[in-house]
Amino acid sequence: MTEASAKSITAAFRGMLGKFALDASFSVPATGVTGLFGPSGCGKTTVLRCIAGLQRLDGFCAIDGDVWQDGDAFRPPHVRPIGYVFQEASLFPHLSVRRNLLYGAPRGKEPTQSDAIAFDEVLDLLGLTSLVERAPQNLSGGERQRVAIGRALLSQPKLLLMDEPLSALDRLTKDEILPFLERLHERMSLPVIYVTHDMSEIERLADHLVLMRAGSVIGAGPLSALPAYGILTVRVDGGRLLAPSTQARPGERRRLRIAASDVSLASTPPQGSTILNVLPARIVSHTASGPHEITVVLTLGHDHAGQRLLARITRRSWEQLGFADGAPVYAQVKGVSLARK
Amino acid sequence: MTALPVGIWQPVRLTIELAAITTVILLIIGTPIAWWLARSKARWKEAVATLVAMPLVLPPTVLGFYLLLLLGPSGPGGALAGLWGARTLAFTFEGLVIGSVVYSIPFVVQPIRNAFVAMGERPMEAAATLRASPRRAFWTVAAPLARPGFLTGAVLGFAHTVGEFGVVLMIGGNIPGETKVLSVAIYDFVETSQWYEASILAAGMVVFAFVVILAMMLIEKRVARVGL
Repeated sequence: MTEASAKSITAAFRGMLGKFALDASFSVPATGVTGLFGPSGCGKTTVLRCIAGLQRLDGFCAIDGDVWQDGDAFRPPHVRPIGYVFQEASLFPHLSVRRNLLYGAPRGKEPTQSDAIAFDEVLDLLGLTSLVERAPQNLSGGERQRVAIGRALLSQPKLLLMDEPLSALDRLTKDEILPFLERLHERMSLPVIYVTHDMSEIERLADHLVLMRAGSVIGAGPLSALPAYGILTVRVDGGRLLAPSTQARPGERRRLRIAASDVSLASTPPQGSTILNVLPARIVSHTASGPHEITVVLTLGHDHAGQRLLARITRRSWEQLGFADGAPVYAQVKGVSLARK
Repeated sequence: MTALPVGIWQPVRLTIELAAITTVILLIIGTPIAWWLARSKARWKEAVATLVAMPLVLPPTVLGFYLLLLLGPSGPGGALAGLWGARTLAFTFEGLVIGSVVYSIPFVVQPIRNAFVAMGERPMEAAATLRASPRRAFWTVAAPLARPGFLTGAVLGFAHTVGEFGVVLMIGGNIPGETKVLSVAIYDFVETSQWYEASILAAGMVVFAFVVILAMMLIEKRVARVGL
C-alpha cells in the first residue's frame, strides 16, 4: 500500500479510460518542478486531473502528508489547495483580467505581502501590469496564458499543476512565455507538476521527471538520473542535446558522434516534429560535396562561439531555402550517439 | 381616431400577466432541469429530455385534455384546490398558469440547456480549481456565461405563452378577467362578428411576433460577436 510521507507528492491511480488501462503511480519530492513526460495519449493529463480531483479514478493521492484521496475518501477539487493551468487559458470571458486574476484569491481581494504570493509580485513576475484592466478577448494567446498562470498563483496554491500550458501556442509565443516560467521557478518555492510531451520544456524547467508510456509510469527520479531511462542530456557549447544511452554518469565528459547526414536544416523552428534535438545554429561555411550535395559547417547557438557541427543537405534545399554563410538556421539532429570510451 | 373599443384591454392585460408569471416559474424550475440535462451522464437523461420536449409535438387539445383530468375536481388539482375551498383548478387563472408552464416548458429549457452545453465543462472546472464551491461557480461563472440562453428562453417562453390557444380553450374556458386571454378573445370577437376588435388584437399579435423574433436575432448576433 502506498503511504503518505511529508514533503513528497504521492499519486497512484488505476482505471479504464476509454479503451486503455491506466495504472500509474509515483512519488516525487514536493519541491521544485516535476515534469510529467510522455507521448500524447499516454495518460499524463488524466493523472494530473486526478491529482486535481477534476476526475476520479480509484487510487491514492497525498501531498505533503495531506491525504486528498484514499479509498472512499475523496476531496473535491475546490477544497484542494491547488492551482491548475489548462492547455487553453480558460479565462472567464465575462470578467476583466483583474477579476480573473482575483477570482480564486482569498476573500476575492488583492493578496498583499502577508500572503505567500502577492498580487504585485505576480503582475511583475508575469508582466501583467499593463493588462489588468483589459478584457480577456483583447489579449493575445500568450498574454491569456500568462493571466491564467497568474490566476492560478493568486489562489495561493500549495501545488501548481500545469497541463501542457505551452502546447496550444506557436513557437514564438512559447519562447515568450518560457522565461516567465523559468523566473517563476527561480523565485517561488511552490512545487509544480508540469505535464508536457516536449523534451525541450522539460530540459529548461524540470528538476524531477516522471516518465509515462501507455498508461503506466516507466520511471521517476531527478532529471540528472535520466540515463536510467535511456535518455541522456548532454551539454555542448551553444546548446543541449539528448542522446540515448545508459552508459554514462552525470558530470562525465564524453565525445558525441553525429553523422552529417543525420543533421537537417530549417529556416524556421520546426513544428510538431518527432525529432527531440532541434538547436538554433548559424552557418559558418559550406562546400559542395558532389554535384547534388552540400556539406555545411554550423556553429551551435546564435553567437559564433558554439560547438561546430556538420550537416549534409541537398543543393536543391540549399537553394530553395535561401541559405547563406552567416545565416541563422535550426539544426535538427536525428541521431546522436556517445563514442565508446 | 376613434377610441379603442372596450373589452380589448382586459384580455391583453390578463395575457401579459399570465405570460410573465409563467416565464418566471419556468426560469425557476427550468434552470435546474436544463443544468441536469446538460451535465448529467445518466442513461435515462434523454428520456427526461423527451418528456420535456413532448409539448412541442403533442396537439394542444391532447395536452389540454390531460391537464383537464389533472386539474379537474376528481384529479390532484381538485384536491389541491380543496385546500382553499375551491372545487377545481380547471377554469381558473391558477389552472391556466399550470397549463402554460407545461405547455411552454420546452421553449425555456432547451435554450438554457444549449447554453450550458455550449459552455462546456471547462469554466466550471477552472472555477473549481480556484476554490469556488459548485454553488459559487454556478452563480459566478455558469449563470453569467449562459445569460444569452436565459434571455432566449425567457423571450420564447413568454411569447409562446402569449400565443397559447388550444390548451386555454380546453382548461381555461372563456371567463373575462380570469381565463379569457388574447387568443381566445380574438376567436370570440370573430365568432360574434366584431371584426374591428379582432383585427386590432390580431395586428397587435403580428407586431408582437415580429418584435420577439427580431429581439431573438439581435441577441444571437450579439452573442456571436462577444463570443460568450
